[in-house]
Amino acid sequence: MENKNWNGFLGETWKNEINVRDFIQSNYNEYTGNSEFLAGPTDRTSALMKKVQELFAEERRKGGVLDVETGTASSLVNYAPGYIDKENEIIVGLQTDKPLKRGVNPFGGMRMAKQACKAYGYELDPKVEQEFRYRTTHNDGVFRAYTDEMRSARKCHVITGLPDAYGRGRIIGDYRRVALYGVDRLIEEKIKDKKALGEGLMDVDSIRLTEELFQQIAFLGYLKEMAQSYGYDISLPAGNAKEAIQWTYFAYLAAIKEQNGAAMSLGRVSTFFDIYIERDIKNGVLDEQGAQELIDDFVIKLRVARHLRTPEYNELFGGDPMWITEAVGGMGLDGRTLVTKSSFRVLNTLYTLCSSPEPNITVLWSTQLPKGFKEFCAKVSADTDSIQYENDDVMRPAYGDDYAIACCVSAMKVGKQMQFFGARCNLAKLLLIAINGGYDAESGIHIGPQMDVMNVEKLDYDAVYERFSVYIEWLSQLYVKTMNVIHYMHDKYAYEKIQMALHDTQVDRFMAFGIAGLSVVADSLSAIKYANVKPLLNENGFITAFETTGSFPKYGNDDDRVDMIAKDMTHKVITELRKTPTYRNAIHTLSVLTITSNVMYGKNTGATPDGRAAGQAFAPGANPMHNREENGALASLNSVAKLCYDDCRDGISNTFSITPEALGRTEDERIQNLVSILDGYFAKMAHHININVLNRETLMKAYDDPESYPNLTIRVSGYAVNFNKLSREQQKEVISRTFHETL
Amino acid sequence: MIKGKIHSIQTLGTLDGPGVRFVVFMQGCNLRCQCCHNPDTWSMDGGTEYTPEQIVEKVKRYKEYFGKEGGITFSGGEPLLQCDFVRETFKLCHENGINTCIDTSGDLLNDNVMEMLKYCDRVLLDVKYTENDLYKKYVGCSLDTVIKFLEYLNKMNIPTTLRHVVIPTKNDYFENFQKLKAITEKYKCIDYVELLPFRKICTVKYDKMGIEFPFKDIPEPEYHDMEEYRKLFH
Repeated sequence: MENKNWNGFLGETWKNEINVRDFIQSNYNEYTGNSEFLAGPTDRTSALMKKVQELFAEERRKGGVLDVETGTASSLVNYAPGYIDKENEIIVGLQTDKPLKRGVNPFGGMRMAKQACKAYGYELDPKVEQEFRYRTTHNDGVFRAYTDEMRSARKCHVITGLPDAYGRGRIIGDYRRVALYGVDRLIEEKIKDKKALGEGLMDVDSIRLTEELFQQIAFLGYLKEMAQSYGYDISLPAGNAKEAIQWTYFAYLAAIKEQNGAAMSLGRVSTFFDIYIERDIKNGVLDEQGAQELIDDFVIKLRVARHLRTPEYNELFGGDPMWITEAVGGMGLDGRTLVTKSSFRVLNTLYTLCSSPEPNITVLWSTQLPKGFKEFCAKVSADTDSIQYENDDVMRPAYGDDYAIACCVSAMKVGKQMQFFGARCNLAKLLLIAINGGYDAESGIHIGPQMDVMNVEKLDYDAVYERFSVYIEWLSQLYVKTMNVIHYMHDKYAYEKIQMALHDTQVDRFMAFGIAGLSVVADSLSAIKYANVKPLLNENGFITAFETTGSFPKYGNDDDRVDMIAKDMTHKVITELRKTPTYRNAIHTLSVLTITSNVMYGKNTGATPDGRAAGQAFAPGANPMHNREENGALASLNSVAKLCYDDCRDGISNTFSITPEALGRTEDERIQNLVSILDGYFAKMAHHININVLNRETLMKAYDDPESYPNLTIRVSGYAVNFNKLSREQQKEVISRTFHETL
Repeated sequence: MIKGKIHSIQTLGTLDGPGVRFVVFMQGCNLRCQCCHNPDTWSMDGGTEYTPEQIVEKVKRYKEYFGKEGGITFSGGEPLLQCDFVRETFKLCHENGINTCIDTSGDLLNDNVMEMLKYCDRVLLDVKYTENDLYKKYVGCSLDTVIKFLEYLNKMNIPTTLRHVVIPTKNDYFENFQKLKAITEKYKCIDYVELLPFRKICTVKYDKMGIEFPFKDIPEPEYHDMEEYRKLFH
């Protein structure tokens, strides 16, 4: 199985089977130095980036969407090749025929596609609608099977954001396979797998998989065709660094042409690219400037990726994100670090191309990472607020050393595991429903077990806990069943053909559930336990307010009395979820992550016993409620670190904002202190943290004068956004968050 | 049992000693520096009582963040006023491998203080003025006592950070910096000089307490002036 394009590469296993990890392990050079070797942008890069900045400005002026291709449904080969500046691009390929022009993707649901066009002043071509008239979309399928109770849960917002009208995303194709093996080899392997499958028992599972393989093979063919339209033959392995990046990008591009999943993550490509870059440098055909230029051009392509969304969608996931998550760094199982010079080069794009929310650069932090890399990450964080950190030391034992992050915090082995995304349930609302005996006062919907309203002088902790447990049990069952419907239909009507073609044929599946409002629930239960909470009834006899007197411990102060309530809640929910079997035997996982939907969840939730007013935003992810932290930043981090990753395998998101002044007096102090904070937090076995180093005043200025801050990037909850792409409401919520500062 | 009166705890301190530090602000101060930014710590009444064990139990939860340099800092208020409590806490910190530090005005030196200093890894010493009369006028003690304290630190070889808040119109004159420099050169225990800009964000605390901030009309120093002053020391 030799190929001349593999000249100079070591190892055998990866040649005999599809095994990118083995290729990486056999060939990469760890880099333990500092950032001094890095080069700046070339003139070509700066000129191209200037063009892109102008396009961004025009897109902003047009209300967020530059253009929509309304005449064709998005797919791999439906558009003519597109360029930003054909003569000056190194890595090519756009989703449609023009930069920032968005394709329409009706495969998830026709109504959503039409609404999205309409929201930005476009009309979907009737021809497209006609084409889909006799076709079932994912959305059609789901609503055919939804039960009344599922619809009610959705309507009263106790479970929301479900991917039942848009692509589920959160699947990471191993895009590197295209570069390493070429498409022909991948097709060959899939044909072999399909044949082998046919020789076994033909039951529901294997018939479904056989049909999926048929689709995978077909789409690998389209992938080749798509590349051909740009003048590239990607049948065979890539022969140099430029080709490796181009092949990989084509594979990713095919995925985002085919699918409009909420999160379309990239995986873990930088160290893979580094092997090709190092080989080219060794062969004297590439220098540092050229290497940076390749990475820069690739990243420019990622920054212009777009999907067409509806305004309701933006309320859940503000800022037009794609979650092109690239995991950087981490340690290998053999003790070498996976940091290479290209890990630095990817981070360096935040300087060469200015700060940006995409790609969603995610540093896999280990206390064992080389010092030079840690310091560079801290510097980039302090300068750009564009990166997030996740604990390699807790994930590596579970996922090995070739995993990546889908979306914000969802780890999976690249090409070997995938997940069924499941948004989240509103735990704070569920608590109110429980106290009201199965009634949601916000929507006026009766749901769940019907019991009496807890109309008492003082809520009793044990009684509330017991009642809440009953409702958690009920909701968990309903949640799993609802997810089974969604993902059965997604597989049936909107199967991710190219992404799954870049997975092993036999994959492990996760079913990723989530909770919102954890800190509200923890503080509310703490209030009931340690203070006096008197429920107040409205004229219809339902509880809509609380009178809370006395003090109670609040989550975010490193106080076990309440932190353990939060921890117990996550354990309880995942334990209940596990009791209901999943579609395709997926493994149940849980996340504590809200994206920007914490604003929307809060809006739809009545007053809570912790003193939170009706409609007030929740804290994002696993964060403590804003401004309830009394002992400073580390106490807050310690509270979050107590949540157990084994209970929350789909991730625990924490967003941390600190003023530069509070981090130290000099730049060097700030960098060293940030490194210490990250080392400390992750040594506590915490899972994730977004770092923002900025002043509230900067955000307030940007709120008042967005035009002057076109590139202001801020980490919100598992991802980063351009501040001025958030809704006013979301902006206000970000401003109101706790900023750890010095007084 | 010894108990300390504590005003508040800041788990992430990066400005009071090297590295990431757990900062304990003690309740009570014998001085009334007119530039003070913590007037809420003056009173000897109030505060929350903690035993040394309770404090150490808390600090231990943050050990992972301290890295090579960080640890605990007692600030205030004036930690010397509760030096028995500080001493016992420091002893326990050392047993747990935690670096110790105090932030003090150095206005008190007795046997108890000396005993405490045995367990103190670094002193952040505020030298507010370099003239006795300015000290009397704006602080309420004399420069001589502070220098005596410094002499002791030097004798005992306790690493010392000299801190000096630059207050425009009060101590931002050239001769002051010259004298300060002479001090840092004379006492070899001083291995670091921190010139800090006078800040008025504490005005809200004064307002809240219903007292006047004596230096409310003094301007904050310009950034580039501070840079110039700092050059004198490096």
